[in-house]
Amino acid sequence: MEYKTTLTTCPYCGCGCGFYLESIDGRLVGTIPSKTSPVNKGKLCIKGWNVHEFVQHPNRLTRPLVRKNGELQEVSWDEALDYTADKLRNIKEASGPDSIAFFASAKVSNEENYLLQKFARAGVGTNNIDHCARL
Amino acid sequence: MTNSIDELENTDCIFVIGSNTTSSHPIIATRIFRAKQKGAKIIVADPRKIQLGMLADVEVQQNLGTDVALLNGIMHVIMDRGWHKQEFIDAHTEGFDAVKEVLKNYPPDKVSEITGVSADDIVKIAEYYATSEASSIVYCMGITQHTTGVDNVKSLANLAMMTGQIGRENTGVNPLRGQNNVQGACDMGGLPGVYTGYQAVTVPEVQKKFEAAWGASLSNKVGLTIPEMMSGVMSGSVKALYILGENPMVSDPDTHHVEKALKAAELVIVQDIFRTPTAELAHVVLPGVSFAEKDGTFSNTERRVLKVRQAVAPMGDARHDWEIIQDISTRFGYAMHYDSPEAIMKEISSVTPSYGGITYARLEGDGLQWPCPNAEHSGTKFLHKGGAFTRGKGMFFPIEYKAPAEVVDEEYPLWLTTGRVFAHYHTGTMTRRAEALNCEIPEAILEVNPADAGKLGIRTGDWVYLTTRRGKIAVKAQLTDWIKESIVFMPFHFVEANANVLTNTALDPICKIPELKVCAVKLEKVQ
Ligand code: SF4
Repeated sequence: MEYKTTLTTCPYCGCGCGFYLESIDGRLVGTIPSKTSPVNKGKLCIKGWNVHEFVQHPNRLTRPLVRKNGELQEVSWDEALDYTADKLRNIKEASGPDSIAFFASAKVSNEENYLLQKFARAGVGTNNIDHCARL
Repeated sequence: MTNSIDELENTDCIFVIGSNTTSSHPIIATRIFRAKQKGAKIIVADPRKIQLGMLADVEVQQNLGTDVALLNGIMHVIMDRGWHKQEFIDAHTEGFDAVKEVLKNYPPDKVSEITGVSADDIVKIAEYYATSEASSIVYCMGITQHTTGVDNVKSLANLAMMTGQIGRENTGVNPLRGQNNVQGACDMGGLPGVYTGYQAVTVPEVQKKFEAAWGASLSNKVGLTIPEMMSGVMSGSVKALYILGENPMVSDPDTHHVEKALKAAELVIVQDIFRTPTAELAHVVLPGVSFAEKDGTFSNTERRVLKVRQAVAPMGDARHDWEIIQDISTRFGYAMHYDSPEAIMKEISSVTPSYGGITYARLEGDGLQWPCPNAEHSGTKFLHKGGAFTRGKGMFFPIEYKAPAEVVDEEYPLWLTTGRVFAHYHTGTMTRRAEALNCEIPEAILEVNPADAGKLGIRTGDWVYLTTRRGKIAVKAQLTDWIKESIVFMPFHFVEANANVLTNTALDPICKIPELKVCAVKLEKVQ
C-alpha cells in the first residue's frame, strides 16, 4: 500500500487555499489543510475539505468523443485530434481566422490558458478569446 | 485585489459591498471576523441580508442596481463634511473637479429615495470609511454583474482615491475573484484585447514583440467577447467554438440563446473533465484532467501565483490539457514543443513583465505576488504604493446613476437576483458530484419574502414558477425575511432549475458583463 500526500492549491474559489491531497495506491482519500499556507493557515471551507470527492468520480470523461450520425462516439486520440485540427484548418481557409473563437477558462491553469491564447493568436491568427470572468 | 488577504485583518474599517463573503470566500471572511475582533468598523451593503451583516456596525440593504447612487451619496457626504484628502487628490490624481460637480446631485435624502438606505446610514458609512486611518473596500459579483458594472467599479475607485484609502498597507479596492483562476486567465491573455500581463493587442511594439517571440504574424484587431461570439454564431460570422473547461449552457445568461448558438455552430470543441450540458452539444469532446492530476500554477485573488502539483495519474485515457492544446496546434500547422508546464512558465515569464521573476523554483513555499519583474524581486504585497498609479496619476471618472436595463412592471412585478451558496461552486459540475456537499444543499431553492409569498399563498416547500421575458422554470420556494419585499433570490448552480434561463443578456457597454444580478420576474404557485 502506498500512502502519499501532495501539496497543491484549491480549484474552487479565488482564495487559493493550500492543502495536501492524500492518496492511497493512486486513489484520492482525503484533504489536509496546509498550516504554512499564507492564505488559509491551516483552515479550509467545506468545499476545500471535500475537494477530493469529485476528482475520481465514475462519470468523468475518460475517452475522446466525436459526433457521428448525430451521436457522440468514443474514438482514439489520434482520430479526435486529427478531426479537430482538420476541421479548424478548413474553417479558417474557408471563412478566415476570425470565424473561429475560443473560450479560455478560469478553472484551468495559467500554463493552459497561455497555451490556448497562443494557439488562438499565433496558430489560428485571431484575438477571439475570452473567458467567463464576467460570469 | 490592490492589497493582500492578510492585510484585511489589520484595517480599521472594511466596507463590504456586493460580496456575500462568508458563502463565496469563507477563508477571506475569517480575516474580516478577526478585523472585527481587533476593533475595526465593518460596513455591509447588500440587497440581501447576509451573514456578515450580523457583525456589521452598519448594515444596509440597497435596492437592486442602485450602487452608483449609494456610492455617490456617500461621497457627497464626505465632500460636504470635508472628510476627503485634498493633498492626496492634488498629488496623485486628476479629474476630481468633474466628480465634485456630479456629486452635488446626490444629497443623502435624494439618494435615500433611490436606494432605500436611510440618510443617517449614508452619513455613518461615509464617516467610518473616510475618517478611519486605514479603510479597505471588498467587493464581488454583486458590483460587477450589472449593465452598470464598470460604473460601479469606477465609483468605488473614486471613493478610495478621494479619501486616500489606496496605495497604503491595509487599504485598497479589493475585488474577490469568484473562480479559482479568473485572475490567472486574465493575466495570461484570456481576453480579446490583451496578451499576457495586459499588454494590448493594438499597440504596435507589443505586437512586434509577440510576433518575434512566437514566430507568427499576429492580428491587431481586438477580438470578440463571449456574448459577441454567441451573436456571431447566430449571424454566421463565427463558425467554430473551442471551449476549454467552461460550461456556458449553465453559467451564461439566457440559456436558450446559448443553446441555439451552440447548435448553429459548424464546429463545437469542448475540452472538459465531465460530460457537461455544453459537451452534450459538441462535435468533439476532449477529456482533460482535474487539478489533482496536473502540474501548473493558479493565480489567486491577491495576485499570488501558487503551485498546483499532480497527486494522482489522469483517469482513463484523459490527457493533460496543455498536451491536448499542443497536439492540436501542431496538427493544425503551428508546431509547439513544450516538454512540461514548467517550460511553458519559462516562456510566460520571458514575454510578461509582471511575471518576469516567476519561476517554478521560486514558487516553492508561499508563492509570489505579481508584479514580480525579475529574479531578485520578492513580489508585490499591495499596488499603487504611495499613490503611484499604473498610468501615472489616478483618474477620477464622474459617474451618474442609471437604472437597471430591465425594471419591474405589471406583468413582471418582482426583482430577481442570483448568486452562490456556500456548498457549491459555479455550475456545480464539480461540487454536485461531491457527496458531502450535495447533502448540505441538494437542490435549488428560491428565497421569497413572506409578504410576497403571502399574497400568492406560497409556503416554504411549495413549487413555484418563475417567468421572465426569456424563459420559465419551476423551483421550490423558501420563505425568509433575509430577502426584502419584492425581491426574490436563487442560486445558479443547479442545471435542473437553471436560473440563467431567466436572466438578462443586457451587457455593460464597456466590459460586456451581463446583468445577471437584476431582472424582472413573475412568480406563481404551481397548482
Ligand atoms: S478551501 Fe474554500 S475558501 Fe479555500 S480556496 Fe477552496 S473554496 Fe475557496
